[in-house]
Amino acid sequence: MTSPWSFDSVLVANRAEIARRVIRTVQRLGLKAVAVYSEADANLPFVKEADDAVLLGAAAPAQSYLDVTKVLEAAEQSGAQAIHPGYGFLSENAEFARAVSDADLVWIGPSPEAIVAMGDKVAARNLVGDAGVPVAPGTREPVADVEAALVAARVVGYPLMVKAAGGGGGIGMSVAHDEEELVTAFATAQSRAERFFGNPSILLERYVTSARHVEVQILGLSDGRVVALGERDCSVQRRHQKVAEETPCPVLTPPLRARMIEAAVRAGEAVGYRGAGTVEFLLDPASLASGGEFYFLEMNARLQVEHPITELVTGVDLVEQQLLAASDLPATFNPDAVDPSGHAIELRIYAEDPKRFLPSPGTITRWVEPTGPGVRVDAGYAEGDTVTPFYDPLLAKLCVHGPDRPTALDLARAAVASFQIEGLKTNLPFFTELLANEEFIAGVYDTGLIDRMRAPKPAASAPPA
Amino acid sequence: MAEEVRAEMVANVWKIVVAEGDHVDDGDTIAILESMKMEIPVIAEAAGTVSLKVAEGDVVQEGDLIAVIG
Repeated sequence: MTSPWSFDSVLVANRAEIARRVIRTVQRLGLKAVAVYSEADANLPFVKEADDAVLLGAAAPAQSYLDVTKVLEAAEQSGAQAIHPGYGFLSENAEFARAVSDADLVWIGPSPEAIVAMGDKVAARNLVGDAGVPVAPGTREPVADVEAALVAARVVGYPLMVKAAGGGGGIGMSVAHDEEELVTAFATAQSRAERFFGNPSILLERYVTSARHVEVQILGLSDGRVVALGERDCSVQRRHQKVAEETPCPVLTPPLRARMIEAAVRAGEAVGYRGAGTVEFLLDPASLASGGEFYFLEMNARLQVEHPITELVTGVDLVEQQLLAASDLPATFNPDAVDPSGHAIELRIYAEDPKRFLPSPGTITRWVEPTGPGVRVDAGYAEGDTVTPFYDPLLAKLCVHGPDRPTALDLARAAVASFQIEGLKTNLPFFTELLANEEFIAGVYDTGLIDRMRAPKPAASAPPA
Repeated sequence: MAEEVRAEMVANVWKIVVAEGDHVDDGDTIAILESMKMEIPVIAEAAGTVSLKVAEGDVVQEGDLIAVIG
């Protein structure tokens, strides 16, 4: 066998847009792509486009995409030799990563040890803090109950963020400004932590009001080096979940970018990171005048949803690099000469109403994607497909790339205007608003932007008599 | 007069917070739906006695009756 790869077929243990996106690179590299799917997803494009597809089970994630035994059986049945987990579902499940290796399959992701080290937010904070990465004031141990939380909060200080230690995706996070709010926030966080992540541990962290959320893409190479591929600003959020991202971050100065990238690489090195990962930071905009202060938020030990904008400005296919690292092959770009060019923006097209952002499942009766130079659409659905309530509302990622930020904004406006989706509500009208918003256009926004856009307007004063 | 409480969207009934025949006040939570990884509380918009029309684990369509408050 002359193929340099340590596998010739890859099972993609995910669904919709990310499964489709991973399948595309797997096939481009001459490898066979195997999809797995639930009964609810049988007609989606990712199932049709894969070289082989295996039904896992019923729609509920626990009976399909989260069922380790069924995914491993699908690999055996299809003869797949490697597993790519995408993001979400089993992607940061260390036991799954171990089970994949134990089944003599190649795991396309970081080591189970790195997943464990970064999966617990308290442990991760302590680990990277000890490696010299700036962390926000917070608890070094999980707080067991509300009494312990109240005591710890006096040291950490208000306002503070109550987080599920094993959590992610903004679920189970809330802000408390005083003891009364902490009591409520703690109970909510604990019930969600238990339900969504099977881990009731809670951590408290000082909340930076009006922060920007900026993250660095890292890549652990087969020679053991950890390199960075620039940053992404992810401050446009609703319910602590990202809605739009851009790179480069419009407010980073070159020295601040260099410090942030160095911190991210150090965090990756602290866990011997292999493959694609993301180190998230909170940047305090008030500190920018004096050089900029940022804090480690968490590390995502997987491919990130918003990875395409990094691919657009660097020209590096991150999924290809993941496959190479997992196959012990060197990168196919020069890690010493990563030179991002231009400006890229991602808009997450969700099946939700554009005002209150409430879910809107339904059947897509019309779907026409924008096309043209500088436009990339990673879609999970097509015309005629049904969007069910069982999974997250992401329909597609609309990404644009221009030589500079104003051009990218114009490309985004044109793309949003020409994207036609009918049959269910989408947040496309929200993006029309966002792209006309003065703060966003100026690039000086923070994570409070959407709340400000949605705040009740003050009553108009009576016209002078 | 009886108030009908209906689902705003396709969702799974995650939790029923009240029991059949309970008295609820305006603003009380009756049930929590889950759709697309989001919890959506179902709130009583009148006071009265609850008659439940769904059970935990049911899938409801937009407009389906969840409870009647009489």
